[in-house]
Amino acid sequence: MGFLEINAFDGEIKYLQIMDEKGNIDPALYPKDLDDTKILSMYNYMLLARMFDAKVLSLQRQGRAVTYAPLVGEEATQIGTAFALRKEDIFVPSFRQHGSYIVRGFPMESMFLYWRGYEEGASVQGDKGDLPVAVPVATQVLHGAGMAFAQKYKKTGNVALVYVGDGGTSEGEFYEALNFAGVMKLPLIVIIENNQWAISIPRAKQSAAKTLAQKAIAAGIRGVQVDGNDVVAVYKATKEAIDSAADGPTVIECVTYRMSMHTTADDPTKYRSDSEVEQWKPKDPIARVKTYLEGKGLWNDELESKATAEFSKQIDEAVEKAEKFVENPESMFDNIYSFMPDTLKDELEDAKANGFWQGDK
Amino acid sequence: MVTAINNALEIGMRENENVVLLGEDIGKDGGVFRVTEGLQAKFGENRVIDTPLAEAGIAGMSVGMALSGLKPVAEMQFAGFMFLAFDQMINHAARYRSRTRGAFTVPMIVRTPVSGGVRTLEHHSESPEVYYSHMGGLIVVEPSTPYDAKGLMLKALHSEDPIVFLEPTKLYRLFKQEIPDEAYEVPIGKASVVKEGSKLSIITYGTMVPLVKEVVEKKKIDAEIVDLRTINPLDEAAILASAKKTGRVLIVHEASLSFGAGAEVAARIAEKAMFELEAPIMRIASPSLPYPFPGYEKYYVPGAKRISQAIDKLLEA
Repeated sequence: MGFLEINAFDGEIKYLQIMDEKGNIDPALYPKDLDDTKILSMYNYMLLARMFDAKVLSLQRQGRAVTYAPLVGEEATQIGTAFALRKEDIFVPSFRQHGSYIVRGFPMESMFLYWRGYEEGASVQGDKGDLPVAVPVATQVLHGAGMAFAQKYKKTGNVALVYVGDGGTSEGEFYEALNFAGVMKLPLIVIIENNQWAISIPRAKQSAAKTLAQKAIAAGIRGVQVDGNDVVAVYKATKEAIDSAADGPTVIECVTYRMSMHTTADDPTKYRSDSEVEQWKPKDPIARVKTYLEGKGLWNDELESKATAEFSKQIDEAVEKAEKFVENPESMFDNIYSFMPDTLKDELEDAKANGFWQGDK
Repeated sequence: MVTAINNALEIGMRENENVVLLGEDIGKDGGVFRVTEGLQAKFGENRVIDTPLAEAGIAGMSVGMALSGLKPVAEMQFAGFMFLAFDQMINHAARYRSRTRGAFTVPMIVRTPVSGGVRTLEHHSESPEVYYSHMGGLIVVEPSTPYDAKGLMLKALHSEDPIVFLEPTKLYRLFKQEIPDEAYEVPIGKASVVKEGSKLSIITYGTMVPLVKEVVEKKKIDAEIVDLRTINPLDEAAILASAKKTGRVLIVHEASLSFGAGAEVAARIAEKAMFELEAPIMRIASPSLPYPFPGYEKYYVPGAKRISQAIDKLLEA
């Protein structure tokens, strides 16, 4: 009779930071397989991602791109996770992971085409292990679990890595995916890109839980929280999750900050204070790596301007290619089914005969 | 239309302290389209609730709130995200009254922006009116003018039924219309004859109403325009009256052609007024395929030229 003391769950949430805001590294935590060449490479990717982001924003402002979700501030979370992932692993983004896409080798011209509003920009999937953008929040976490199941089933040894935001962790599908992955011991890694804001809703109003990573505990799986602006910590946590994926899934909450708007369709000054944004500026994910590399004599202003000139060229070329794209309205009808139903064919023929009703008369 | 709905919600909240608004970003941000702008400041966080990001949660919570005597008005940020709430809408909101033979009712309103034409991302341009109309149990309204939006919202706030309130995104700020400051109702289940005419009837609703009006005005033809305003239950009497009057019927909607609301309208005319028709019924709608990315939407959504050609064809038939 009475209450029994039981250990209802086991596990704790640890917070990992390896490189601090000043670029100092904790040698005890430094990942074994990381070296300065890799850090240099990640730095370059973060730089490129930020420049890509600025470019799409400017195109959007000129009416040359559709509504766009900027990544600025979240480079370390995106590059660190994608960098740890192996080519053959499964990559399941949400809608903000432009930086991760670049690391995955997704052509920037396709990304520009996607953000100009064309399905053709989502038609490049590499080895089909890289999924296109998922707009409905958190729905993709279950796809990651399903793909992880397939990896286990086919004994590929690959993992599936899926991204979701802090807001996404409130959706039922997020919990369902964690639960399935736990029960089935799937090689799934769930990256919570916690940028503190789901449009206008702050992290504190999203969940009363102290951390988002602890949602893993209820599913009986590993959860860890990392400094999402520390690319070394993000890399290490992801790498460890990949290495132990045969034992089951891991949730990694990357604590970062959305420095800009949710998308180009909203105005963050309406719902959050400038002082909050200012507080995050010294925690910039790129600056600390730059300081570190400069300290080691591996980076300087000359190299920086060389790199930005080269990236700027790559970006401009990709935009040019994307803008040369010629629309093909018939393509809308092409991939609705594996075959063309007669009724749909009639609709297509009618549209074609009338030039899709373009022009005035 | 944004201001009209906002005004109706404010009146409803002043009238009835049980009216509670809930949804994503509806408080401080005033909703992504600003429909609830200023309401949290006026009525507090307890009555205008910024919820966590969970559409099934918002719908299910609303069902529960309504079962306990509140009048929830939920906002789904986009109709394309409302499918996550579909189970709650279909299996509970629509069925509670019949399940309990009237012992329980679910007087809730779910508002959501619908349809396209504004170059948005995937899942931001859906026209889902038929999904919610098909089974029965849910009332589905879709105003096309600020006047109707306010009147229908007030009527919905006074209704005992679960109501899916569809707001065409494109019409939120397309044109201005002077509307009364005070409360008034527009009946649910009643179409509106936007323009009287005798040569043909154009039956339409939502985003297509202003477009049809523009084409008809430009062509200077003697067409009757019927705006359904309520998709379910359909105003069959108004549809049949217009069809019988003109003998020629063109149905125009933005949602896909196959199994669309136009099929229901056409079937009822065919069943009950076929011998009074001078020509076969015509339908204009988007192709029977998912709404494309914005690059292709100009080829997808029916435009003025297409409607104009159909009118010519129908008048010649």
